[in-house]
Amino acid sequence: MTSLVFADIPVRGWVALIVAAVLLLLVPPFANDYVITVLVLIFYFAFTGQAWNIMMGFAGQLSLGHAFYVGLGAYAAAALYVHFGIGPWIGMLAGILISAWCGAVVGFLAFRFGVGGVYFAILTIAFAEFARIGFDHFRWVGGSSGLFLPVAQFKHNDLWSLRGNPTMFYYVMFGLMVAALIVCRALLRSRLGFYWQAIREDEHAARALGINTFRCKMIAVVISSGMTSIAGVVFAFYYNNLFPEQTFHISKSIEIILGPIIGGIGTLIGPIIGAFVLTGLSEGLLDVLATLKITVPGAKQVFYGVCLIIVIILMPNGIWPPLARALGLTERPERKP
Amino acid sequence: MSITRYRINRRHLMAGAGATLVSLGPVSRAFAQGAPLKVGVLLPRSGAQAGIGQDCYRAVEIAPGLLKDLGLPALQIMGADTETNVDTSRSQAEKLIAEGAQLLVGAFDSGQSSAIAQVAEQKGIPFVINIAAAPPITEQGYKFVFRNFPTAPMILGDAFANQKEIFEAAGSAPKTAVFMHVNDTFGTAMAGGVGAVMPKFNMSYTIAQTISYDPTARDLSVEVAKAKSANADVLIMVSRLNDAILITRELVKQRWTPQGVLSMGPGWYEDQYLKTLGKLGDGPLSFVPWYDPNKKLSKALEAAHTKAYPEIMLNTNHVYTFEALLVAADAYKRAGSADPKALADAIRKTNITDNVSTGPGIQFNEKGQNDKLKNSAIQNRGGKLVTVAPKTAANAKAEFPMTPYDKRG
Amino acid sequence: MPFEIYLNVAAAGVLTGLVYGLMALGLSVIFGVIRVVNFAHGEMMAIAMYIAVTLFAAFKLDPLLMMVPIAVVLFAFGYLLQAHLINPFINRPEHSQFMLLVGIGIIILNTLLMIFGPDAKNVQTSYAFDSYQVGPLIIDATKAYAGGAAILVSAALFAFFRFTLVGQAIRACADNYTGALVVGLNVQQLYALTFGLGSACVGAAGAMIVLFIDVTPPLGPAYTLLAFLIVITGGLGSMPGALVGGVLIGVTEAMAGLLFTPSAKSMFSFALLVIVLLFRPQGLLGTSAR
Repeated sequence: MTSLVFADIPVRGWVALIVAAVLLLLVPPFANDYVITVLVLIFYFAFTGQAWNIMMGFAGQLSLGHAFYVGLGAYAAAALYVHFGIGPWIGMLAGILISAWCGAVVGFLAFRFGVGGVYFAILTIAFAEFARIGFDHFRWVGGSSGLFLPVAQFKHNDLWSLRGNPTMFYYVMFGLMVAALIVCRALLRSRLGFYWQAIREDEHAARALGINTFRCKMIAVVISSGMTSIAGVVFAFYYNNLFPEQTFHISKSIEIILGPIIGGIGTLIGPIIGAFVLTGLSEGLLDVLATLKITVPGAKQVFYGVCLIIVIILMPNGIWPPLARALGLTERPERKP
Repeated sequence: MSITRYRINRRHLMAGAGATLVSLGPVSRAFAQGAPLKVGVLLPRSGAQAGIGQDCYRAVEIAPGLLKDLGLPALQIMGADTETNVDTSRSQAEKLIAEGAQLLVGAFDSGQSSAIAQVAEQKGIPFVINIAAAPPITEQGYKFVFRNFPTAPMILGDAFANQKEIFEAAGSAPKTAVFMHVNDTFGTAMAGGVGAVMPKFNMSYTIAQTISYDPTARDLSVEVAKAKSANADVLIMVSRLNDAILITRELVKQRWTPQGVLSMGPGWYEDQYLKTLGKLGDGPLSFVPWYDPNKKLSKALEAAHTKAYPEIMLNTNHVYTFEALLVAADAYKRAGSADPKALADAIRKTNITDNVSTGPGIQFNEKGQNDKLKNSAIQNRGGKLVTVAPKTAANAKAEFPMTPYDKRG
Repeated sequence: MPFEIYLNVAAAGVLTGLVYGLMALGLSVIFGVIRVVNFAHGEMMAIAMYIAVTLFAAFKLDPLLMMVPIAVVLFAFGYLLQAHLINPFINRPEHSQFMLLVGIGIIILNTLLMIFGPDAKNVQTSYAFDSYQVGPLIIDATKAYAGGAAILVSAALFAFFRFTLVGQAIRACADNYTGALVVGLNVQQLYALTFGLGSACVGAAGAMIVLFIDVTPPLGPAYTLLAFLIVITGGLGSMPGALVGGVLIGVTEAMAGLLFTPSAKSMFSFALLVIVLLFRPQGLLGTSAR
């Protein structure tokens, strides 16, 4: 197993990963809560981006409705906690099950009926919108007035019930992000991973070789949706309230996919780099505009949009591939012709 | 596993570091007494609620002069945009506190205010909510969160009371009503509350039908057609500004004038409604948190507001945002220091009777809620607004039933 | 409920559906020919609506009369956008196109916010409150005119694609890209032209819609989604399909709102979409080859 996950990483790569991890672990005691809050957001997007990447980068299916799974996980765990007092880590299991099942339904409908490409993307949007409107009318979880979790205290950290100050969530999200990275690497290097890459490159050829493409794609969708719901659970307990309008909104789905696309689809470090760059850009632009005394609402988003376009034009495969090549951090040694 | 052990070690170190930082905090803040109080104002200035957030901010801009005239200490405003987004609300609240904000004000939306409330409570920084009607926010046992705005049940109760007063004065009471509401946080809270609150008031009418519509709907012809088919005497509404304009247009086009439009929310009294619809905008009664036109400070606020924004009428957004800042300045004066705990205690003991909003004044109960607020009834008349109820805070008599749309020349 | 209600609601649904259909037609043309997923479609309509509002506020010009100039402006916008920005993305994977157009959409939306502010703006023509009574039917005047204009514009577009050389050339590019190149067509320019035409459709639709819908900066995305719903339901690459899809969605939502709870009426459109995607993926009027 360890050879599966940790082989073929150049020494430089190890050094870079360990240095980065240590730096991030050491941040909380030295940084103020604003920085911690921003980093929690970054880790959250890195994690969900990684989960989304499994469906897109590995199995080649563009999902524009991933907020659906975030919301399902969030609502499942939150509802169990509010109505039955069940802790989030147990509630998470329910969330994962529900989410994975819904992902399977989406996948089944799409793959059995040959819905792909843009049509699949629109199908995922439809499911997320369906959930948004549906939960708006779902009284048991608060409907559109929202589901409020009882906020206890912040004095001590209760890891079991996920009640505590931002630093606790910092480490939880950091842990999740690292776990996602390891899991994805293992998946990618397993036989299933190679099947996925084959399907992504050319599905017909893969099927011709005897790969059960339906099964592989279904597994990718189920893993992706299940993983995403975990982030939803933490999100629910971090914010302590959920509104269908916000949780299932298409803007949330778009936020999730920006990171991996900018960072690099199909790569492992891509979603993480993307999350850092985008959130950093967003906060950084605020500061820049403040110093330039431009306070018109909407200005920040315009610059943000311009940056997105510049990145996607200049670096169509994302930031990580050219960066990795430049830093000599690519995974396998380049084959000399 | 190594990570768990690591985390426990971190917690000990962190607790120590945290304690040191916290103990340093009040000292450095108290030292700044006499200086303006740093107030962080969080409002949605972009995103879906940009219009309302920017409207609230108008009060922030005229507040300094008024507070000075009242002999209250100066406030240094640090503005931030929540972008109508919960994530941004939370991180911006953290940012303001990191930059030295000693008190927070905001944030119009219940979800965003909740996020900020948690940050404020966790950091021990007082947070005065200007506008947010969802009850749960002040039911969490917070010690640092205060809300000078009625909850949905309060708005409902006063609405029914004021309606009875109006029907009695007009000598005509409706027997049936159709209740139309937007399916968002506020709308559903109000709809949910009706079942609980209405029976206590023995109203003359029963609600024949309840129709909820999507907040993003751009075309409300179907909803209005449905309401019209219920053949009710009055139309009870909870909507926002855009819906109010759309619905009124549909009422005209579908040729239905109810005896009255009884709105328990925003929209039907706003500038844009009156300007857009002209004569067709007269008549609706709005039962909303409002200002008492007879109070001294109300007149001062109105004068300052009209001077700064001659085209814009004073409304709920301005009044309650101003009052949040009033609470902040008043507490600062009484606390004598900017220490957050002292400020919070001072806010809890607030008793401002020379204020703007309707009711006995600004006081907070042990949950941090001002439960003494009263809501007014206003009516659109000749392109302007008059306050018709409660009697003590009124300056005109209500017109009920209203003139049919097709008879308005 | 009295019978007239159903009739009125259905009639209104048909009329608004026609205008939505025209908007979707623009998307169908763009996607059908160039295969670019225009996620900024709704934002372009918002631009058209704001132009109409500004012209009306300044010169009291009726949006229906201004429909042609507005369409021309949007045509130019679309043409330039395609020629200079979008062209390299035609053969790139969907997520790249998506990212580019999302970025463009964000820029448009927030620029509109900065210029016009967040308040809703509308156009109040002299007939804004009129309605016609035809027996039991009460028809909203603005919707009647808009629906009529939509039919006219669509007819003009059909004629263009059927009878003009340029129109036929564009259809050739859609049918067979390589063949078109072989035959010597300037595909790049035709693509730009097509995007311009699709944008012009959206522009005309915007000028009509502003008669009965107020415009705010964040209006766009909901209409982009609606356009996709209609195009997929009606059938990609089929122009009558876009109109039929529009009317179908318009009537479905209206009736669903009437019979069930209005706040859930969008669910029916999405359910319809899912059913179409599963059982007739080429859409109701689309051709089998996708």
